[in-house]
Amino acid sequence: MKPITRLLRSRHGALLVLALVLAALPLVLPNAFYVDVAIRIALNAVVVIALNLLMGYTGQISLGHAGFYGLGAYASAALTTHFNWPPLLALAAGACATALLAWVLARPILRLKGHTLAMATLGLGIIISIVINNEQQFTGGPDGMAVPSFEVLGKAVTGETGWYAVAALMLLLMTWLALNLIDSPVGRALQAIHGSEIAARVAGVDTTRFKVRVFVLSAVVASIAGSVSAHYIGFITPGMAGFFHSIELVTMVVVGGMASVFGSILGAALLTVLPQLLQAFEGWEVVVFGVILMATMIFLPRGLVPSISLRLKGGRA
Amino acid sequence: MLTISHLGKSFGGVHAVQDVSFSVREGAIHSVIGPNGAGKTTLFNLVSGIYTPSSGSIVLRGEDVAGLSPDALARRGVSRTFQNLQVCMNMRAIDNVMVGSHLRLNQNLFASMLALPSVRRKDAACREEAAQLMDFVGVGKYIDAEASQMPYGALKRLEIARALAARPSLLLLDEPAAGLNHTETDEIETLIRKVAQSGVTVLLVEHDMKLVMNLSDHILVLDYGKTLAEGTAAEVRANPAVIAAYLGVAA
Amino acid sequence: MLAQFLQFLFSGLTVGSAYALAALGFTIIYNTSGVINFAQGEFIMLGGMLAALLSGAGVPLALAIVIAVVVTCAIGLVMEKVVIEPAQNAQVVTLIIITIGASLTIRGLVQIWLGKGTHSLAPFSGDTPLVLLGASLLPQSLWVLGVSLGLVAALAWFFGRTLLGKAMLATSHNRLAAQLVGINTRRVLLLSFGLAALLGAVGGILVAPITYTAYDAGIMLGLKGFVAAVLGGLGGGVGAVAGGLILGIAEAMTAGYISSSYKDAVPFVLILLILFFMPRGLFGAKSAERV
Repeated sequence: MKPITRLLRSRHGALLVLALVLAALPLVLPNAFYVDVAIRIALNAVVVIALNLLMGYTGQISLGHAGFYGLGAYASAALTTHFNWPPLLALAAGACATALLAWVLARPILRLKGHTLAMATLGLGIIISIVINNEQQFTGGPDGMAVPSFEVLGKAVTGETGWYAVAALMLLLMTWLALNLIDSPVGRALQAIHGSEIAARVAGVDTTRFKVRVFVLSAVVASIAGSVSAHYIGFITPGMAGFFHSIELVTMVVVGGMASVFGSILGAALLTVLPQLLQAFEGWEVVVFGVILMATMIFLPRGLVPSISLRLKGGRA
Repeated sequence: MLTISHLGKSFGGVHAVQDVSFSVREGAIHSVIGPNGAGKTTLFNLVSGIYTPSSGSIVLRGEDVAGLSPDALARRGVSRTFQNLQVCMNMRAIDNVMVGSHLRLNQNLFASMLALPSVRRKDAACREEAAQLMDFVGVGKYIDAEASQMPYGALKRLEIARALAARPSLLLLDEPAAGLNHTETDEIETLIRKVAQSGVTVLLVEHDMKLVMNLSDHILVLDYGKTLAEGTAAEVRANPAVIAAYLGVAA
Repeated sequence: MLAQFLQFLFSGLTVGSAYALAALGFTIIYNTSGVINFAQGEFIMLGGMLAALLSGAGVPLALAIVIAVVVTCAIGLVMEKVVIEPAQNAQVVTLIIITIGASLTIRGLVQIWLGKGTHSLAPFSGDTPLVLLGASLLPQSLWVLGVSLGLVAALAWFFGRTLLGKAMLATSHNRLAAQLVGINTRRVLLLSFGLAALLGAVGGILVAPITYTAYDAGIMLGLKGFVAAVLGGLGGGVGAVAGGLILGIAEAMTAGYISSSYKDAVPFVLILLILFFMPRGLFGAKSAERV
């Protein structure tokens, strides 16, 4: 194999391509609206990659991840607005609170399998969104609340370019971390848990510990992305923690490709753009989401990227 | 090395294993045979930590290990394969083998995400070792393949490679010849002998009598969860109770 | 004191009956196919919405109800044929996501067709409350309780006495064995969806005069119905009904004595507790996994 092909095929090659694409994108996009969409895609992709580590690689399902996202968003919003905390500290606090909650609940939840696990995570997400909805003095209730700008050491992140840089860097970082993890003993252990939990156990993998860690990791990443998104968008509503958002995230994982980091990015891209396209047609967004979910699961149960790469591999042989 | 005393396991009213006792010598090949439903797999599951005994003890190198979890037993040098293959079809063949060496590698989430050089180095060494093991068991040609592309016989050996990757002192093989034809069974026999010669104690559950008689230093015969007979191959072969259990009594 | 307690009890039993019907729908589908049908809530919504629409357009109430039930039933059958059957042997995650997709599609289409507004259905025998031991009871509540009871009894007869019902039970115990004795399991699956849709629709129609009905009424009702089903152990009808009633009462008591804004959290807190401490539910059977 030629060295350049090997580089492109390897982990580092893929990252390089991603970095180049991200760097070139703002030069190509016509106006601020598109940059805004790109930022949202990047932030969603970060969450989706983390969720995929839990769902695609470790084989656990979560129908409540938007709850963690919402926790981060509201922690940042409430702490900066009501208590004047510096944004970075509020973000960290949100992440810690999420980590604690996820860690405490992970053990009992991850003992479950299949639909019971789905139900438990669903319940958790909904409880979080109900609390957010009800505690109006902190969260502004159903009407939502405004979020102050993101300031680090006195300098605020403003403008599309500034935020694009933040989002792009976060995406690059998350991709790098995920790719490293997958190609490591821990990554293999996670995939083994999915492939055959009993085989993993007899090989010495403490499956519970690993499942808990991946669950907490994906929750914390969701929380951080939620915090950053809150500052970027400037206004948040309880819907961010809601059931439909959780379903959107799962759709992105599933459509893009379970157990595929680049699939997650593709899934996030496709399904972030979709609502933008359908904004004029209220109600159709939900229908299209539903149809996409069903069609993908029936015809391409592995998701887009794995199915395409399988076809490419098959074609060559 | 391994001493089982008065081991019993009941599921509600079903006594899968009752008052079974035997010892496994270090470095030897011991087999457990018996008709279907005799409790062989239950016995295996007890020794590998999947079930907790209802009674009795399991002593591994002087330590009572009854009721320990499978991963705790793995840490004490026990490794096993499964009767109905438990290969991770979502991974590559070599990755499956590398899972076996999990305990000897870095298990820290953060170190892995940051791709610390020490993690990468150990991983590369482990990959080398896994490739060698795949050669050792005879599936060297599948080194770059996905597990899902491998035929059944090769997968059985892959599981053995995975079990060996843990560098066990005690290897439990659950029906390694199940589903294999005569040639493949002979190859498995050679492989098991190679494994025992490398110093691993082997405990084997099998139906293929030729394999069992050829390989075993010691045989335990189970029937209806209880010990029917034990001894060397010759002793067991001549035991009238064993013959009756397998072939029935002349009318 | 007593009057207040009874008040809560009545409203709990009323909404609990709706949950019970939803739970029965979930349980029937789960038992025959192992699928958790996240679209069950939409069957409930469809029943109420269609009945409200037809009745509002001048169709006599009884006819409107019948048509609504039949149409919802048909939608259930279509759903099974079009999206469940092709994915027969898929993993749990896949099937769950498919039903979620179906639920979104149905809900979205209703939203497009009928808008986001609420619709009302007239109570079947007026809305003058009856007074019982100091607590007021809506006549509609009696309808809910009565019809639910009747339906449960009918189901018990169906599963216990008719050949088709027994075939469904057999399929739920062991699909392969059922096939081997000549039961057309595909048709059983189809029927189970139809039956679940019917139960959902009836439940939706019964409570529509009490609660509101709109395109999104199905979400919460469906989820809570599922919680009730899991509470009951996803096993037999008794569990489902008990689960539904217990849930309804727990909700009403929380709303009455603790906080009404957290009433909606009750099912989900309950489900977490049940899944953590009693994952087989209150009436579920114990099972061992073979390795």
